[in-house]
Amino acid sequence: MATMIRHHLSDEVLAGYVAGVLPEAFGLVVAVHLSMCDDCRAQAMALDSLGGAVLEAGDAPSMAAGALEAVMGRLAAAPVAPVRRAVRRGVLPAPLIDYIGGDLDAVKWRSVGKGVRQAILPTDRMASARLLRIPGGVAVPDHGHRGMEMTLVLQGAFVDETGRFGPGDVEIAGDELEHTPVAEAGVDCICLAATDAPLRFRGLMPRLAQSFFRI
Amino acid sequence: MGLLLAVRDRADRTAFALLFEHFAPRVKGFLMKSGATAALAEDCAQDVLATLWQKAHLYDPAKASVATWVFTIARNRRIDALRKSRRPEPEDLDWGSGEDEPDQAEVYEAQQEARELGEALKALPAQQRSLIERAYWGDRSHGELAAETGLPLGTIKSRLRLALERLRREMARE
Repeated sequence: MATMIRHHLSDEVLAGYVAGVLPEAFGLVVAVHLSMCDDCRAQAMALDSLGGAVLEAGDAPSMAAGALEAVMGRLAAAPVAPVRRAVRRGVLPAPLIDYIGGDLDAVKWRSVGKGVRQAILPTDRMASARLLRIPGGVAVPDHGHRGMEMTLVLQGAFVDETGRFGPGDVEIAGDELEHTPVAEAGVDCICLAATDAPLRFRGLMPRLAQSFFRI
Repeated sequence: MGLLLAVRDRADRTAFALLFEHFAPRVKGFLMKSGATAALAEDCAQDVLATLWQKAHLYDPAKASVATWVFTIARNRRIDALRKSRRPEPEDLDWGSGEDEPDQAEVYEAQQEARELGEALKALPAQQRSLIERAYWGDRSHGELAAETGLPLGTIKSRLRLALERLRREMARE
């Protein structure tokens, strides 16, 4: 994708993804960013290589007696033909299409007020992932975090206290950040957001809405 | 690498047996370090090697060493078995389509790089090496690592960073 990405994954998040310890929702954000960012992709591959070196140099306890024969017994006659590579089939990166069950036009949006719409994606319960669609000029309600939040822009852009985020950019926010992202004028801003705790909105009404809409 | 290509291209069972002998115990050891019981690690190691046979066509020697490829299969099996979860994969980053033979110079470079990385890892001071290994065994946050080793979190993080930088330097020197 020929976009200029300025906000990348942190080393820590990338290392967690490569080690396989991220909750699925964060892993999805990483997979989508890697689908759009060659720099981070190269770094992930380097970290995979280090994983190979760790495996190679690690302990090698004996396998159970007859293990090889057991595995040989269940091998197909020949390795199966290669599966189709997961490549871009539509507007959205392939990992998202898997979770939506279709492209952008298949997303089941629900209104959460002020013209903002969202769709929750099915992941394990350690964290949650959602698509957000914010009309140009509209702010996502002010919120603080409990835990980590990752927001990746898929279309359009948003601006907050820390900078401007366009397609492919990812914002990683911890407990300390209180920010007010506002969608840039123009096309709707569509983001993929993952949180390891429900967003905590300020003010009574948003909090009621929060339990109602599962924000 | 030659062994896996023999599996891929000729369904060579003797080559598979040699790969099994080398990698199955390492995968078992890796999974036990990650917190699996010996029995679960044994079962998963067998699954990982069976996957290596099934998916041999997806291996691309210009992208990774066999050990790296086995690591990615083992890691995904671990997420599935230990965390009951899955790891979304990026698009277009499958290990090659198996349709075209990769460029021999690229293959040589990738395999050479993997060897050098392995040597650099072995050359690290024991404590730094152990930090890297633990990061890959997974399911231990840096905070838990700190509690276990008695080292403060900041020190752990800076040592991880130092260890990785040193690895990069080692590789750049060649």
